[in-house]
Amino acid sequence: MQTVVVDNLSKSYKQAVALKNITFEVDAGEIFGFIGPDGAGKTSLFRILVTLLLPTEGTATVLGYDVVKEYKKIRNKVGYMPGKFSLYQDLTVEENLNFFATIFSTSIEENYHLIKDIYCQIEPFKKRRAGALSGGMKQKLALSCALIHKPEVLFLDEPTTGVDAVSRKEFWGMLKSLKHSGITIIVSTPYMDEASLCDRVALIQNGNILKINKPDVITTTFEKKILAIRSSDMHKLLSDLNSFEACDSAFLFGQTIHYTAKQNNLVMPELQNYLTGLNHQQVEINPIEANIEDCFMSLMNQAS
Amino acid sequence: MKHFRGFVIKEFYHIFRDKRTLAILFVMPIVQMLLFGYVVTNEIKDAKIGILDHSQDVVTRKITDKLASSGYFIITKVLTNETEIEDCFRTGSVKEVVVFEPDFAVKLEREKKASIHLIADASDANTANLIVNYTSAIVNDYVTKENKTVTTPMQIGIESRMLYNEELKGVYMFVPGTMALILVLISALLTSVSIVREKELGTMEILLASPLRPLQIIIGKVMPYAVLSFVNVITILLLSNSIFGLPIQGSVALLLLESMLFIILSLSLGIFISTSTNSQQTAMMISMMGLMLPAIILSGFIYPVENMPMILQWVCHINPSTYFIIIVKNIMLKGLGFMSVWKETLVLCGMVVFFITMSVRKFKIRLE
Repeated sequence: MQTVVVDNLSKSYKQAVALKNITFEVDAGEIFGFIGPDGAGKTSLFRILVTLLLPTEGTATVLGYDVVKEYKKIRNKVGYMPGKFSLYQDLTVEENLNFFATIFSTSIEENYHLIKDIYCQIEPFKKRRAGALSGGMKQKLALSCALIHKPEVLFLDEPTTGVDAVSRKEFWGMLKSLKHSGITIIVSTPYMDEASLCDRVALIQNGNILKINKPDVITTTFEKKILAIRSSDMHKLLSDLNSFEACDSAFLFGQTIHYTAKQNNLVMPELQNYLTGLNHQQVEINPIEANIEDCFMSLMNQAS
Repeated sequence: MKHFRGFVIKEFYHIFRDKRTLAILFVMPIVQMLLFGYVVTNEIKDAKIGILDHSQDVVTRKITDKLASSGYFIITKVLTNETEIEDCFRTGSVKEVVVFEPDFAVKLEREKKASIHLIADASDANTANLIVNYTSAIVNDYVTKENKTVTTPMQIGIESRMLYNEELKGVYMFVPGTMALILVLISALLTSVSIVREKELGTMEILLASPLRPLQIIIGKVMPYAVLSFVNVITILLLSNSIFGLPIQGSVALLLLESMLFIILSLSLGIFISTSTNSQQTAMMISMMGLMLPAIILSGFIYPVENMPMILQWVCHINPSTYFIIIVKNIMLKGLGFMSVWKETLVLCGMVVFFITMSVRKFKIRLE
């Protein structure tokens, strides 16, 4: 069964177009990720799905309910965590949780089992005001609040933005365990490395979905070969590679530059000669497997 | 119902944890009452005056004594010649100088006529006016009393009586106005700001995406302020009664009911403001400029509506405070019943219906 069905959805504001004819489906019980840069349309899409915005064109259903006509039914059954930290800073941890439990006509005790793993980490601070929590703890509290009414679908809009690496890892661990309790999770993130943690991902840019598939399928079906190149002067290396005749793309990825060639024709000795000719020291060139970011960069290039 | 109660409890937490809100709610009404009661007053008390007596006879001394013992004046300067008058006013040491002409008693006896020259510091026009009036009244009083022994040809005695406020006490004027001001401030300003704050923080997004209905959100936000405003009405009435001795002539129940109506109106105004704005600052500015200032200036609180230019009179007539002040004056000071205020009540009811309809139409069940 499909939890979310979106058909030809478009959304435009007075001045900008946020979504252009988007079509996708999310299966029950999966973690579905939207990966894309800021301004790609992720937040607009989420707000339409949680019935906070009206689509300009097209239809969308959540749990079989139409997001326009049957918005009240959807509001009862989904959990939503907006991108901005949206809890009451002047209320304590416990009061926040209690408030969100009561407005959904439930109580902390009733659904404690659902949030236990997450909430027990912040429970020692339950008398502390939410405004005084660290970023990671705020995130856990927000997730607990979004979960307290036992939603069937959970919409998380950029939950890990602005959170440290350790908390991010923990957060994804929590999502995995929530998935086991049968909740469908739809999550968006600007971090490409988080794509591999989803069951399926949609790459989204400028209101278009570039690709939807399992993350490992996206990377293994990537047809281009990639070289990881490094030298002692990375900055010069990047500009030299970009001006190399056979170069298709060159991006800085952490410690190395990921390079693809036109016609997928990687002639390593030629490249080596070109670089040493330009006085590059300690040049290392290694063929590597594509990661999700390589795919995204390449798809983005094709799209534009 | 349970989730609605939870919402109201949350709202009380917000109020009681924010020092600024608390100050506006509980300190300001009392401070305003005391300010208007003691500081901003039209009454003359212990005004400093100077005496320049060129005559120095029995009559001038009697009049001087009468002025000094009236309680309105303190004689701080006794001058000896005209040149000192200017200096007194320059240094601001007196508000008025009373000058008796030479041979005052003799002239009064022989010609039945003598003059007193009153010179007042009119840099504060209102006070100058009042002081001069008070002085003339005391002098006239002296003259009439002295004349009783002598038979005068013909006389018209004017006896005035100030109805509903016999002693012309300022408190009668400012209590109705202060009530209007405080209710507008708390109900309209605080509610509009508190609703807009949820929009600004992004919590409105979660509330809207929850099963709470828009009407429940609104009523939940507004209810605590309604209760606290009502508490303030009672505080103001108790204060004005105990400290300033202002009695409530009419029905207390009717007065409280009308206050409740005005509170509801102010709340609906607050909701209306919040539906049309997205930032706390804008909401605050609109409430201040659009509601608070008119409540003070354009409501008959300080300046009588009848004396204003036509355009401002129209503004007064769409200002809810104007009607509320009339209602409070009629009930509290004149002791009149509902029949005397039904028109004003009807206008307020109409305004409530108007603003609630407008708010409901403008309130968004979504973000846009």
